[in-house]
Amino acid sequence: MRFRAKIVDLACLNHFSRVINTIAKLAKTCTLRLTVNKLYFILSDRVANGGVSMWCELCQGNFFDEFQMEGVAADHNEIYLELMPENLSRALKTAQNAKAVKIKLTNKHSPCLKVAVELPSLSSSSRIVTHDIPVRVIPRRLWNDFREPVVPDFDVSIYLPVLKTMKSIVERMKNLSNYIVIEANLSGEMNLKIETDVVSVTTHFKDLGNPPWASEDGCQSSAQGRDLQSMAEVRIDIKKLQQLLVGQQVNPTKALCNIVSKRIAHFILLHEDVSLQYFIPALA
Amino acid sequence: MKCVIEGGNVKALGHAVHALSRVGDHLYLEPSDAGLSLRAASTSRSAFASFLFVPLFFQRYEPGPPGTRCKVLMKSFLGVFRSLPTLDKSVERCLVLLRPRAGRLVLQLHCKHGVTRTHQLAFQECERLQAVFDTQCCASRLRAPAQLLAEAVVHFPQTLAEVTLGAAAGGRIGLRSHLEEGSEPGKAMVTELWLAPDEFQEVAVVPGSRITFCLKEFRGLLSFAEASSLPLTIHYDEPGRPAIFTLDDSLMEAHLVLATLLDPESDSQPPPATNGRVSHPPAPPDDFADDLESYMVALESSACEGEAGAPPSPNFSLHTPRPAESDPEEEEDGAVPGTPPHKKFRSLFFGSVLTPGGPGPAPSQEVLAEDSDAEC
Repeated sequence: MRFRAKIVDLACLNHFSRVINTIAKLAKTCTLRLTVNKLYFILSDRVANGGVSMWCELCQGNFFDEFQMEGVAADHNEIYLELMPENLSRALKTAQNAKAVKIKLTNKHSPCLKVAVELPSLSSSSRIVTHDIPVRVIPRRLWNDFREPVVPDFDVSIYLPVLKTMKSIVERMKNLSNYIVIEANLSGEMNLKIETDVVSVTTHFKDLGNPPWASEDGCQSSAQGRDLQSMAEVRIDIKKLQQLLVGQQVNPTKALCNIVSKRIAHFILLHEDVSLQYFIPALA
Repeated sequence: MKCVIEGGNVKALGHAVHALSRVGDHLYLEPSDAGLSLRAASTSRSAFASFLFVPLFFQRYEPGPPGTRCKVLMKSFLGVFRSLPTLDKSVERCLVLLRPRAGRLVLQLHCKHGVTRTHQLAFQECERLQAVFDTQCCASRLRAPAQLLAEAVVHFPQTLAEVTLGAAAGGRIGLRSHLEEGSEPGKAMVTELWLAPDEFQEVAVVPGSRITFCLKEFRGLLSFAEASSLPLTIHYDEPGRPAIFTLDDSLMEAHLVLATLLDPESDSQPPPATNGRVSHPPAPPDDFADDLESYMVALESSACEGEAGAPPSPNFSLHTPRPAESDPEEEEDGAVPGTPPHKKFRSLFFGSVLTPGGPGPAPSQEVLAEDSDAEC
């Protein structure tokens, strides 16, 4: 098992650290899956996570100048590691003007992801900062726990409004209630609602548009033949939604939400080469 | 006591208060002819900081009768200087006035547009806060621009309590996270940083030496040093001995004395004790040096206040009265490395000898920096 990667380009480095910062805001610990072409940050839906799960996928070629990996076996050419993304985020935070950042899997005393940052200095030699981030290697028999989630059989899929706007609304609503209801229909309308004993607040969005899912594969059946005006709704923990809106730093070019009535809200943020999926379960 | 501070110096004072607030909960103000000294010590007596602003620093400086001292809550004093940008932008002049009769320390900030902010702080008369240390006895010395050290420290997480500073054989200086005892290895992130010796202004360190100290207080002093772009000197000796961080300027001097951990890390490197001795011949024997440099803060009782009128005696206060004292060289000759006296004992010892028989409550400021070797 080997892994070694290097980022030289500053723009790539900053982009990478923004992705990591986003992950760090969403998950305390997560799984990093390394394959020859891609990196995945995975949070599987355990009760401990409040049923929330996450799947973030990036193409290594868009970030790294060098990327060598050798998985556990030739026919399972992958590596699964458990780590605290906060550590990685911290290590990259002070690497903003680095000449190069190398990331390497080591096992000196215990398995570590070694992040070596080469910084410019006033002297002839550069300053080298290394961070040993402890990781746990996940054995192959557990890999099945980290399979890519299938896009749920949703009732409504809708593009989200500008996330900043949504963020400021949700932040205000959070002061009033612990739960938020998201409802949307196939005519591009979405409502964010809170309902308490003393107050009901609803924010209406219209003309958001509905992504054309059906053309990709025919199996998204629930949305087909659905009344365009009827709302599908899901009631979720407002803190989880706020976490996503506050934490995201990927500035997605596309953001959408799939709603399975009374079961789950599935968010997808897309930014060029990065895709982030976030699942928030419905509350009764 | 009455003093007036103008312009940019108000900000310097503010930075100093911020640095001191990292050290202790009380601020000790000690005006003397040498200048106004601001001090703080941690409750566990593991850290001590002092800032001495010389009379030239002030636009006007009247120390008042000798022996005037007071202690105020750090929180309330810090409150006055809380926002450093505001100090910079709007405060033109600051007046510090001690009114013993009224029992108030008055801080008056004269701001732009004729606004005057007056803070009346309750104070306590207090004992003298004094740490005993000597930079001369430290085997290793490092001097670097504050910016270099600040840029080095920034890589360590804010939550990290301690850091280990070490000198590699090649003269490179390293900083490494210190993991608390009992913390599971392989659980916490370890950060390590190496700096080339040519980034420092002076590197006179014992190869292989290293010490572990608290980052919090160090960060405080660093931000002061960075703001005033002063170089910072680190004096240190063996693990367990205090590390002394100093800043010098024509208008002020600052000292931060920090306890270091006794055994830095169980690594392959042996403690460079003998090394230090060999390359630095004047190093005194164990127990003597221990006493001299004991980082413990000896507190003199305010009972001395009565003698305040007496002319301030030379600064051998911490030295002469000790019966065990003898000429350092002499003692070194016959040095038998014995068990140093118990720390607790020693601190009591200081107290009891100094309080009644001490030559005066206001030895001049040099005591801050060094012990009284020069007097012998």
